[in-house]
Amino acid sequence: MLSTETDILKTAEAWRREGRGVAIATVVETWGSAPRPVGSHLVIDEDTSFLGSVSGGCVEGAVITEALDVIADGKPRMLEFGVADETAWQVGLSCGGRIKVYVERVD
Amino acid sequence: MRLSLLSDLNAERAARRAAVLVTELISGEQRLVREAEIGSDPLAEALRERLRQGKSGLVDQGGRQFFLTVQAPPVRVIVIGAVHISQALAPMARGVDFDVTIIDPRTAFATPERFPDVPVLAEWPDAVLPEMRIDRYTAVVALTHDPKIDDPALLAALRSECFYIGALGSRKTHARRVQRLTDAGFAEADLARIHAPIGLDIGAVSPAEIAVSVLAEIVATLRQDRRRPA
Repeated sequence: MLSTETDILKTAEAWRREGRGVAIATVVETWGSAPRPVGSHLVIDEDTSFLGSVSGGCVEGAVITEALDVIADGKPRMLEFGVADETAWQVGLSCGGRIKVYVERVD
Repeated sequence: MRLSLLSDLNAERAARRAAVLVTELISGEQRLVREAEIGSDPLAEALRERLRQGKSGLVDQGGRQFFLTVQAPPVRVIVIGAVHISQALAPMARGVDFDVTIIDPRTAFATPERFPDVPVLAEWPDAVLPEMRIDRYTAVVALTHDPKIDDPALLAALRSECFYIGALGSRKTHARRVQRLTDAGFAEADLARIHAPIGLDIGAVSPAEIAVSVLAEIVATLRQDRRRPA
């Protein structure tokens, strides 16, 4: 499925209406060269289905993992990603930028 | 986020109305501010500025931090001419999240079979454009080659604040068009808004290639302030 910003938030609404646990992650701040602009969304459900992006694929895995906790306890979280050290290949931004991502549950 | 807020936000987008979702980051408190309600919001000034720029971002006010999710109406491309180039352009434009509408009074051209994924209006442009309210998030693309059909659309586009106007045709064709529109009372500065010959110069030959060049020109105009100097 094509994931434009329109589709992403519509999908979040549709998934929630189906009764799935849903979280929305939003890029709220970027420094340096960041792959996705402020305001970009990633939508995640409780089965780790997801749509959209907050980076070029670099940190989505970590955001999805955190999103599951947000779906479970309902508490929004602020995540920050930068150039990671030895785990760069895993959850860092190889582009050298830093981003802050806000993750919240759809209630 | 409450589901009702998300639903309202999506409804505003579908109705082509701007809106801003305000999130207080510590508490997670949220509210949706529709364009018409901005004046009475405590963050009015920041909301107006953000909406003008079309950019989401953080604002600090009274020791609290808010994130503003700015939702401008989706870009809409109104294509005059249900022609071969339009058949290539429609799915590409949809692919970059633009709303597309095709207008062509020739009923043999304007059929849902030729345009399965987008609204097709078998009407004269001057009959339907007024009620479509061409806004500053709209691009108007005239592709029929026929002044009887293209010109009324260009007149409507020139009278609007749409961000892009493009018209198919050679330099010679465009010179004649400029003459007709000048006779209709438009100034040189108005007519300079028309991109003609249409599309970025990528040497496009086929209808699909021309569609790429037209779509690229629309994006380049939309993102003018982000472009690197040539």
